[in-house]
Amino acid sequence: MSLFIHGGQILGPNGVERADVLVTGSSIVGTGLDLPVPGNARHIDASGCYVMPGLVDLHAHLREPGTEEAETIETGARGAALGGYTAIVAMPNTTPTIDSPSLVRDVLAIAEGALCEVVPAAAMTVGREGKLLTPMGELARMGVRIFTDDGRGVQDPALMRSIMEYATGLEAITGGAPVVLAQHCEIEALSAGGHMHEGEWSTRLGIGGQPSEAETLMMLRDIALARRTGAHIHFQHVSTGEGVEIIRQAKADGVKVTAEVTTHHFTLTDEACSSYDPVFKVHPPLRTAADVDAIRAGLADGTIDCIATDHAPHEPHTKEFPFDQAPPGMLGLESALALALTELDLPIERVSELMSSNPAAIAGIGDRHGNPVEAGQRANLVVVDAGSEWTIRGSAMASRSHNTPYEGRTVKGQVRFTVLDGELTVDDGVATR
Amino acid sequence: MKDLLTIGDLGADGIQEIMHAADSFAEVCQRPIPKVPALRGKTIASMFFEDSTRTRTSFETAAKRLSADVMNFSASSSSVNKGESLRDTVETIEAMGVDAIIVRHKSSGAPEQISRWANASVINGGDGWHAHPTQSLLDVYTIREEGRTFDGLRIAIVGDISHSRVARSNIEAFHTLGAEVTLVAPPTLLPPHVEALGAHVSHDLDAVLANTDVLYLLRMQHERMDQALVPSLGEYHRAFGLTLDRAKQLPSSALIMHPGPMNRGIEISPEVIDDERVRVLNQVTNGVIVRMAVLYLVLGSAAADRSAS
Repeated sequence: MSLFIHGGQILGPNGVERADVLVTGSSIVGTGLDLPVPGNARHIDASGCYVMPGLVDLHAHLREPGTEEAETIETGARGAALGGYTAIVAMPNTTPTIDSPSLVRDVLAIAEGALCEVVPAAAMTVGREGKLLTPMGELARMGVRIFTDDGRGVQDPALMRSIMEYATGLEAITGGAPVVLAQHCEIEALSAGGHMHEGEWSTRLGIGGQPSEAETLMMLRDIALARRTGAHIHFQHVSTGEGVEIIRQAKADGVKVTAEVTTHHFTLTDEACSSYDPVFKVHPPLRTAADVDAIRAGLADGTIDCIATDHAPHEPHTKEFPFDQAPPGMLGLESALALALTELDLPIERVSELMSSNPAAIAGIGDRHGNPVEAGQRANLVVVDAGSEWTIRGSAMASRSHNTPYEGRTVKGQVRFTVLDGELTVDDGVATR
Repeated sequence: MKDLLTIGDLGADGIQEIMHAADSFAEVCQRPIPKVPALRGKTIASMFFEDSTRTRTSFETAAKRLSADVMNFSASSSSVNKGESLRDTVETIEAMGVDAIIVRHKSSGAPEQISRWANASVINGGDGWHAHPTQSLLDVYTIREEGRTFDGLRIAIVGDISHSRVARSNIEAFHTLGAEVTLVAPPTLLPPHVEALGAHVSHDLDAVLANTDVLYLLRMQHERMDQALVPSLGEYHRAFGLTLDRAKQLPSSALIMHPGPMNRGIEISPEVIDDERVRVLNQVTNGVIVRMAVLYLVLGSAAADRSAS
């Protein structure tokens, strides 16, 4: 089976150019303008669209096992494909926690046949309890490259140092491929009792605040430890302007640090909480306009490596509790690309780095995702009409949950086709299964 | 006015309207039979997700003096603890047929959330650290009853501003009416970004007393010591309590107020409690009067709105 994607602008090795793409089997076999098209090829009209490497999300909560009412691997992967993703990293804060080889195998087995590649991350500590190391060596041997206790940061600095030291030894197992420690930066003693950003709005609303320092102090600690140990620390969902500056400095100093920001942290502020609608409750919290500006600057100048979603489905009734009792988290997979294209004044090549090649490299899947559109690469692609407008509706999403904070917002950038290993997962805006 | 959620919903005109209505209910409360049929046939649900004997009793007394039926709901006897969502709880109560819901909740914003789901009028009986509008209205009534005008009135609010819904609502009410508000507290009991509240700030009660027309004391919770926000209640009393010495520095025409219940020996020395400037019991009396006015105006105008639409 072949796909002939014609009429679009490809993101090739030399940047954006007008070219057609021929896919045969699971690979791209040619790009250019006068390709020999097999008679049985499916013709895909990409006129007015970019043909880009499929997106990669470093941070998705798929809720399986344990909370399948909110999302499953199948529905999460379907939503991801509709959002233009060909690979997503599944966070391990499930029930039970993904902290052992057997659970990683379970996730991989369930994800067989899903509409995008699901890359399991494993916990750094058993049960994400911040006490004992998970069998990181066995997990690395079976291919796990990202370790995280996401949802909780590792509070104990001695334990974090030990995790970092142990991780640096694992490159002997991975053949030199980096083992990434992804940290949710939050000093819980500082954020305790907080349900939104500590600032003018929390004061007016009478809601307990989480100060920015809850994030930045853990970042500073981990940078000091990474400097000592040589471990690769990846900061998840950076939400503060101060955090962006800390990363900028650490990179200048040569520390092995990478960072992601979420879509909501560059599009929304703490003012959104003034309605007391828990759909705007998220950890780390929405912060100020100044933080949003600093994050956007970090995305533009290379300080921030990735845009992640922190896709966090929650059943509708759980968001119908009081603000301080509702669980934190927002949907992201089906709206992230459009928000990046609508809200960020960045060239498409930079958007592609942030959402595809950089996260693919960090997740250790750069052999098959995030590569320029050219012959010889695996056919993981997205065809997006960057100018096409649509309105975000939670009820229209493939996710089992509807907790989007962007309900009713009109954005630009519609995913028309997604190709996973040479097969269409999204065909003219509709999931193929 | 369908709901009363915050003082901001009212504005100066709305506050004045409630004051005028309260004046006529004050007269009702003086009668041998202090009861009028104004809300006969109306059902008011009193939903207290947090214990508060005083506020609940005050609202219920007000409702009964207006001849409304009162339905009681307390969190301890409900299914809230079984994981029922706030929306489910509210829709269940509303399905029994209620015209107004009085909500007291430990979570800030709960009454506003409920008002989005309920057709009935929602009256905020105090939510978290956020707002307690009927307390502010009874405080305004109490000050006004003394013949004071708010324009330029100097009001000092002393104590745990950070965790106080009374402080937030009173700052809003007093500012709306033209008063000057000074918050007096150690920095640990002021919210971060206190400037968002728009009041003056002082950490020195002694420096403020001589220039104060109304001294408003807030209740100090014992748990603030465990959170290391103050070293001890004794030190708090010595620095921010109304002692006999401080009472002497306060102008003779000043008023001393407290939303209750008072911690004797902490916010106020026992020997000051009987000072003739203390208005704490007037506040309680006026609470019933003002809540009658609120219930009457909310249910009256809501009925008018419904018949108009």
